[in-house]
Amino acid sequence: MRAPRGRVTIGDVQAMVDDQVGEAAPAPLARAVDGRLVGGVCRGMSAHLGVDVVIIRSAFLLLTVASGLGAAAYGALWVLVPRAAGPEDDGKAARARRGGRDWGQLLAYAAVGIGMAALPLGAGVVQWALWPFVVGGTGAAILWQQADRDQRQRWVLPLRQRWLRSLLGLLLVVGGIGGFVAQKVEADQARSVVIAMMIILTGVAVIVTPWVVRLWQDLDAERHERIRSQERAELAAHIHDSVLHTLTLIQRNAHEPREVQRLARSQERTLRSWLYQPRADPDQTFAAAIREAAGEVEDDHGVPIEVVCVGDTALDERLGAALQAAREAMVNAAKYAEAPSVSVYAEVAGGAVEIFVRDRGKGFDLDQVPADRMGVRESIIGRMERNGGTATVRTAPGEGTEVRLEIAKS
Amino acid sequence: MSEPQKRVVLVDDHQMFRTGVKAELGGSVEIVGEAGDVDEAVTVIKAVVPDVVLLDVHLPGGGGIEVLRRLHGTVPSRFLALSVSDAAEDVIGVVRGGARGYVTKTISGPELTDAIGRVAEDDAVFSPRLAGFVLDAFAATDAPSVDPELDQITQREREVLRLIARGYAYKEIAKELFISVKTVETHVSSVLRKLQLSNRHELSRWAAARRLV
Repeated sequence: MRAPRGRVTIGDVQAMVDDQVGEAAPAPLARAVDGRLVGGVCRGMSAHLGVDVVIIRSAFLLLTVASGLGAAAYGALWVLVPRAAGPEDDGKAARARRGGRDWGQLLAYAAVGIGMAALPLGAGVVQWALWPFVVGGTGAAILWQQADRDQRQRWVLPLRQRWLRSLLGLLLVVGGIGGFVAQKVEADQARSVVIAMMIILTGVAVIVTPWVVRLWQDLDAERHERIRSQERAELAAHIHDSVLHTLTLIQRNAHEPREVQRLARSQERTLRSWLYQPRADPDQTFAAAIREAAGEVEDDHGVPIEVVCVGDTALDERLGAALQAAREAMVNAAKYAEAPSVSVYAEVAGGAVEIFVRDRGKGFDLDQVPADRMGVRESIIGRMERNGGTATVRTAPGEGTEVRLEIAKS
Repeated sequence: MSEPQKRVVLVDDHQMFRTGVKAELGGSVEIVGEAGDVDEAVTVIKAVVPDVVLLDVHLPGGGGIEVLRRLHGTVPSRFLALSVSDAAEDVIGVVRGGARGYVTKTISGPELTDAIGRVAEDDAVFSPRLAGFVLDAFAATDAPSVDPELDQITQREREVLRLIARGYAYKEIAKELFISVKTVETHVSSVLRKLQLSNRHELSRWAAARRLV
């Protein structure tokens, strides 16, 4: 989640906090992701116990050669100890990790197998009674591992494949027991061994069930947290892109109140439309186009323009002309009225569209406007009339100005 | 000003904003209490029973509407909603919850003082934007109305609302329509009542539907 170009996202801050916590407290027992040889068990234990990883690895190796117990313990730990939360939690890496884990599992089972094969060659310390543990444990481990993956990959793996895997695990358990019984055990011993196996497996199930449930719950919580953090990241990116940028500009322009106001208004408008407005295309709908025009005039002239729209309709050429006239009226109000703000009200009702642009500024005498001033006469009144609409200007010195535009909806 | 000052409680979760509003209002009203969240607001308002509560729409603990719900019928105070939000469901929601009006936080000090006075007199205060929302919600439709008295606004009320939306003050509206300011206030209060009581389909559904456009 680390963003490029030195941006600090909320995710980064969280990661930093996590790092600090990680340094202060001893690491919980978890399989390491970085610097693992096989499953990360030894590396994880080393981090947890604070013992050099070489010592732990040697111990496991020694135990394996001596009795096979090392490999069995390794396999069991691999399955039972949760993987450490790594920094590579985005989608691609997670997929890659899942791909890699399959190999890791194979290796784990191979390790267990080799350990078992080495058993008869060992010092002979191991009693025959250990065999059911090892064989049954392997099968149980596969089933167990399946339950873990189950939750993580519910949406990835087809159901059939999961059934296949469960079946395979079962076959291994049954086959292991069967093979063992056929090879090593006298017929009369077989029954008692099978019973012992059942008891052991039941025991294992009882022990691990709460753990499975907790694991599922943890994973669920983790998924929710990930969705939330994605939302936070989107918000953080937006705030960075627009709000922080504006705040920087405001600080830089602190000595120019007008510019500061313009920046603040512009940012406010952007943020508002991002938060509250339905996504509407200003090229297609009338209300969105009015809002956009008002925003542009506001930006250009630094006077706040309050827009209220009632109803909406599709934009066409004639409405476009009315929009241009309204824009011209807004520009006039912002430039000449010396009013603190401008009100724009647009209404689409019945078959007509009406736009009012009003300010409480100094107003002017309509008759005194020189004939060569094109603004009002040409850009507003003339434009509306050419398109079959009307424009009326109500103003007097000191009384403010209101321009009313009306055009029939086509 | 010969009248006694209005006693006002300020409810907003931003200390900075409360300070700003106090400065804007100057000595024109008496701030008798402040609160930063729903629980605090309920406690303070019950304790001091102000004339007017300036109520932020967005508050930790359920928002302004939760304050209105919990205090419903327990205090004679009037509520004026104050918000930066343009979201229709927030605005309509808090007014239907019992607020006597809605203004945006960009309102100037004198205008706010004026609005507080109006709300204290049991009149309604509509910002241009609220007027726009109401016009939208009560736009003529073919849907049959259950209660025509409540579900439709009169032509005169529509005219008043349009002038508010165009940025006219009550005094200017009165002049424009050749009626008294008191009559303008009556019209606006009548619209407020309809807004609060009408079961018009648009009012409950419209706000949500707008987001889907």
